[in-house]
Amino acid sequence: MPQILTGDGTKIWMLRDRKAQFLRWGGWLVGALVFLSCWRVISDATEWFFVYDAGRIAADIGGRAIPPRWSYMDKLWEPLWDTINIATLGTFFALITAVPVAFLAARNTTPNAWLIRPVALFIIVATRSINSLIWALLLVAIIGPGVFAGMIAIAIRSIGFCAKLLYEAIEEIDTKQVEAITATGASRWQVMAYGIVPQIMPAFAGIAVFRWDINIRESTILGLVGAGGIGLQLKGSLDTLAWPQVTLILIVIFATVILSEWVSAKVRGAII
Amino acid sequence: MLRLEKLSKTYATGDRALSEVTLDIPDGEVVALIGPSGAGKSTLIRCINRLVEPTSGRAILDETDITALRSGGLRQMRRRMGMIFQEYALVERLTVMENVLSGRLGYVGFWRSYFRKFPQSNVDEAYTLLDRVGLIEMADKRADELSGGQRQRVGIARALIQNPALLLVDEPTASLDPKTSRQIMRLIRELCDERGLAAIINIHDVKLAQMFVQRVIGLTKGVVQFDGPPDSLTEDVLTRIYGEEDWKETIAKEKAA
Repeated sequence: MPQILTGDGTKIWMLRDRKAQFLRWGGWLVGALVFLSCWRVISDATEWFFVYDAGRIAADIGGRAIPPRWSYMDKLWEPLWDTINIATLGTFFALITAVPVAFLAARNTTPNAWLIRPVALFIIVATRSINSLIWALLLVAIIGPGVFAGMIAIAIRSIGFCAKLLYEAIEEIDTKQVEAITATGASRWQVMAYGIVPQIMPAFAGIAVFRWDINIRESTILGLVGAGGIGLQLKGSLDTLAWPQVTLILIVIFATVILSEWVSAKVRGAII
Repeated sequence: MLRLEKLSKTYATGDRALSEVTLDIPDGEVVALIGPSGAGKSTLIRCINRLVEPTSGRAILDETDITALRSGGLRQMRRRMGMIFQEYALVERLTVMENVLSGRLGYVGFWRSYFRKFPQSNVDEAYTLLDRVGLIEMADKRADELSGGQRQRVGIARALIQNPALLLVDEPTASLDPKTSRQIMRLIRELCDERGLAAIINIHDVKLAQMFVQRVIGLTKGVVQFDGPPDSLTEDVLTRIYGEEDWKETIAKEKAA
């Protein structure tokens, strides 16, 4: 709160008055106390004996992990291919489901705001709120381990994400274009195809590549719970303390993610 | 002929936009609808093609009561009423040709229109119209690449390819510079004469309206205040429509050609 004070004829300007200044200092003091007390709780709960040792252990593992076991690559091509397929097909099926859900959820296109829209919103929240790793755990139990479970897990987790972003794009369209198409005597579906779809195409393409990019990352860990892909090899190598293999897998994941970033940036650039 | 009988519209907010408007517009007559912002001009033309549902009264085009139609009949009726908008309302990401052909949506089935397989006669007509409005070489450009005047020409072609009996024109020049405004108004008037179309043109520029129409209707607070030929617009009449102001410079001095 800017303040102007008058003392012996001169106008002194201060950003804050005395009271605000004290409140600020008080705020910092409370913050520092909270930080210190949290530190103490964490410290009491930590076995410092292990932590003192951490540097040596890390150096030990690091030493064993280098060099990566390049020959293991032979066994990684297939799970890597599976991983990319899980992400791509998962995204594909998610988009197919998300499009109708988004149209049912958007205020300006939903056929019924009191009955259908809440159902669509529930689908969005429900699929979004559960992590794909947990979906994968459930699905491995239901349909058995493997790539298929991973793909479905990725698809389900992505429905809400894609549908939410898409319905927000639908709600932001220019209504005059829709009005103009309606005025020609077009049917409801034609209004959708001519008045709405062209307007949301850039958003749709952006959402699709963005989610695919995220799904590449997510699908690399699904193997940890048995849902296929390169995570299965990662878990196997970790469990058998095969550190050079772990290093190689991490390098491969890193390279894949970089590649997917590059592809999605290219695609987005081409559309917008 | 278009006939409005006691057409009224009260919005859900309680605003009475139109009060019992009764009008006859014969075939081929070009009418300017003037009045202050909020007078109900936009509501009036939208009540005719029912983009806005009238609360009561009737709108009758060639003996069909538009207000009584159900959705299928209304769609068929909308084909006979071409609409032109203030900010063009083109589908920005589609090409000029797609925008013009979208005027045929009421005649073409969904899948044909979805795959852009319009009948050859429509495509021929689209080229003829684009040539008429001077945009033949722009056919494959995207609508958002065009200037304002060009976009409005596309809007006009889209309305005309419907083969309408009536044009509903909502502030066609409000976003255009003075010269382009005249060209657009002239084009609309010429096309109406060529095709024997009636038109209702909402417009703010009184002088421009006087230059290009056969009849002026003044609307204030949803009530028709004036209805007469353009040269009978006097300062008194403008005061009745818009309120007190010095109107000398607003009216065309002599009858426009």
